[in-house]
Amino acid sequence: MPASSRASRLTLRAAALGYLAALLAIPVAMVFYRTFEHGLGPAWEAVTTPAAQHAFWLTVTMVAIAVPLNTIFGVGMALALVRGRWRGKTLVSAIVDLPFAVSPVVVGLALILVYGNTGWIGTWLASNGIRVIFSTPGMVLATVFVSLPFVVREVVPVLREIGVEQEDAARTLGASAAQTFWRITLPAIRWGVAYGVILTTARALGEFGAVAVVSGKIEGQTETMTLFVEQRFQAFDLTGAYAASVVLALLALAVIGTMTLLDRRKEN
Amino acid sequence: MSARADALGLPRRAGRARRRGRAAGPAIGGALATAYLSLVVLIPLAAVVAESTSGGAAAFWHAVTSPQAVAAMRFTVAVSLVVVALNVVTGTLIAWVLVRDEFPWKRLINALIDLPFALPTIVAGLVLLALYGPRGPAPFDIGFTRIAVGLALAFVTLPFVVRSVQPVLMELDREMEEAATSLGARPRTVFARIVLPNLVPAIAAGAGLAFARALGEFGSVVLISGNIPFKTEVASVFLFGQIESDNRAGAAAVSVVLLVLSFVLLLFVSWVATRGQRRAR
Amino acid sequence: MTTKPRKFLLALLVAGLAVVVAACGGSASESGTGASKLALVAYSTPKEAYSAIIPAFEKTPAGKGVSLSQSYGASGDQARAVIAGLPADIVALSLAPDVDKLVKAKLVAPGWTATPTKGIVTRSVVVIGVRPGNPKHITGWDDLVKPGVQVLTPNPFTSGGARWNVMAAYGAQIEQGRTQAQAIDYLGRLFKHVVVQDKAARDSLQNFTAGKGDAIISYENEAITAQQKGEKLDYVIPDQTILIENPIAATADAGTNAKAFIDYASSAPAQKIFAAKGYRSVIPSLVDKRRYPDPPQLFDITKFGGWDAVMKQFFDPANSVMQRIEAGLGVSTG
Repeated sequence: MPASSRASRLTLRAAALGYLAALLAIPVAMVFYRTFEHGLGPAWEAVTTPAAQHAFWLTVTMVAIAVPLNTIFGVGMALALVRGRWRGKTLVSAIVDLPFAVSPVVVGLALILVYGNTGWIGTWLASNGIRVIFSTPGMVLATVFVSLPFVVREVVPVLREIGVEQEDAARTLGASAAQTFWRITLPAIRWGVAYGVILTTARALGEFGAVAVVSGKIEGQTETMTLFVEQRFQAFDLTGAYAASVVLALLALAVIGTMTLLDRRKEN
Repeated sequence: MSARADALGLPRRAGRARRRGRAAGPAIGGALATAYLSLVVLIPLAAVVAESTSGGAAAFWHAVTSPQAVAAMRFTVAVSLVVVALNVVTGTLIAWVLVRDEFPWKRLINALIDLPFALPTIVAGLVLLALYGPRGPAPFDIGFTRIAVGLALAFVTLPFVVRSVQPVLMELDREMEEAATSLGARPRTVFARIVLPNLVPAIAAGAGLAFARALGEFGSVVLISGNIPFKTEVASVFLFGQIESDNRAGAAAVSVVLLVLSFVLLLFVSWVATRGQRRAR
Repeated sequence: MTTKPRKFLLALLVAGLAVVVAACGGSASESGTGASKLALVAYSTPKEAYSAIIPAFEKTPAGKGVSLSQSYGASGDQARAVIAGLPADIVALSLAPDVDKLVKAKLVAPGWTATPTKGIVTRSVVVIGVRPGNPKHITGWDDLVKPGVQVLTPNPFTSGGARWNVMAAYGAQIEQGRTQAQAIDYLGRLFKHVVVQDKAARDSLQNFTAGKGDAIISYENEAITAQQKGEKLDYVIPDQTILIENPIAATADAGTNAKAFIDYASSAPAQKIFAAKGYRSVIPSLVDKRRYPDPPQLFDITKFGGWDAVMKQFFDPANSVMQRIEAGLGVSTG
């Protein structure tokens, strides 16, 4: 290999890796360092306070609700968009993609306007004693909104690629729609669904802006892990903020690890 | 026929009795999906549009032309453009290195590109503040500056161009490059004349998504930027302040502007995508 | 594909729905407005104090079986949140006008000031926070308008704390014998030195401890809280400053337990906790004069006719002293 092209190859590699190190690796390593710089004890204490534990379980709960809901919706909507024959598909597809384009703060505002106690639906809800904003349902809604498109977007291209032949064959052999779905379609799209579920989970875990607006900051009740990080930062408790961040970072790394595993399995 | 049915593991049933159920199922499913979409996305966004015009066109105009709103939007668009330009260069570079180069730990580094997708934005902000802020170990302090905002946005938009370009690069037929090289073209020319034109749609799509994301970014910016009105306040932080000040109509007006901008970007991206760019994983 | 995945998916669906039901059901009964579950909505500063006072209250006979949920945030934001539906039995805010907002919204009964302490639970004074060692030698209000001095104070249209700051600055001018016009002119000059107007007092303090600015106008108890958390700042009590009085009130349909909590918060055991956390107690004998010296020229809001008059003259978003100053700086007044 000529010296100049080897040199340029190394330069490119160094530039790329240097940028990644400065932007990605070092800051994340920094958070781990700052968390444990005073030892394991203070960090552990910070994330095992009642407020921290509540925050953790609230986050897990919201993910446990948002992900199945968006998965069922996602698969159904993908099927409707690819296999269905009806007008307005482009519009609906664009609406499904809207959460990508909306700032999280706008999401919070939108939900308050509809479900707040003077909102379009909220007024009726309030008169029946149901509270959405400043309570868990509001935060679930916010989480569902921001993580809505992922399953649809991952499944649609897969559905397009696999085509209708197998499904048509099943139909002509007398299978019902349900049987066709469970036995033919779903297995064929399982990678798309899996990726979509993982991306949905990651997005739901990390949501901050939208829940910040609808939260009410009720300690131990409407404080997610992300809000908890901000709250600890505001209270001059940097160790607590970093420790909670480490928990979230570990969850993020687990998500990435799962994606990599899926990639490997798919290749095989 | 029955053998094939057996092979597929399907029971033998008469087709006609099932047809009625087949029509009802998708219809109910479609109705449910529409209801879900409406309750979660459509109605809330419609409420924002309605609220923005609740005071009439004059109030809308007043809200979006207030000096602080204009400054916030101008700063947001400007810094997002800069960051996207940066991403176009670095994203293509990183994708190139990941696809064409070989080095230890490449698989790990490739996986870590997705970290900004997975990491909560508030953590990203805290992380950058820890490192590059006033009490960080870095020899410079960019806390509460415009550079800080740019840094946060660069972090969260890192994966978009990379992941958009990678599949295209991987599928690229290298014959033309090899032919050009054998004819004496320098690597730089080969890249600029042969490779790059094929990457432009992917780069554009990634850039569009990155821009849309940067416009609305909140969590990673809110800690590090200092939110200094007129200097480092981005649109989403300005919106947050307006909501908290109970100026919902004004917040809704600025939101509508942001929404329109981002929506146009999404349309651009999907247009580019349908022009022949396929996303393979 | 066998039937196992289908059953698994069905189970997932059922589980998901169960969680939804549980979560919805749970939230309605959780935060407060039950006889023995109270919701405390407070501004951000007294968090450490209430975290200690609440367990102490629960040990008293009056507090037996009572549990409190807590929400902290900027005073104005919290008032707006309560009006927007945030459940609250006890509101502990930064200044009386924020409680009056709730009275106007019929969420708090007008007689909330009819207590021995006139509805006040803690006191403090406005101080000027400086860097350790006070390198810019700031001793009073006039030093803040010297060339090159960068000041931090929150936006008075979003932050209750900032209004105390403004009235302290204004009143200090009057106390020194200047006319109203001169005092208003001083405010204009002061705000030209303000480099950031955060939306809340705590954000402002955060900015200061992170390195921005030379001086911050803040509460004495905020500065003490920061110092207790290891933040590096000193503070100067100017000779002329305002007495800050923080109100506490029960909401209209809170039960008797809410009143019991408010009584406890105004009593000696709770006041001792407040004193330890940097507040000046409403019980005069608990105010340690060495730690909390009396400024030579201390005034309070009645000097200007009370908050009603002050809000109209200084902080009306459409037309007031501060509105004109902010408009001149291009800052939003909402």
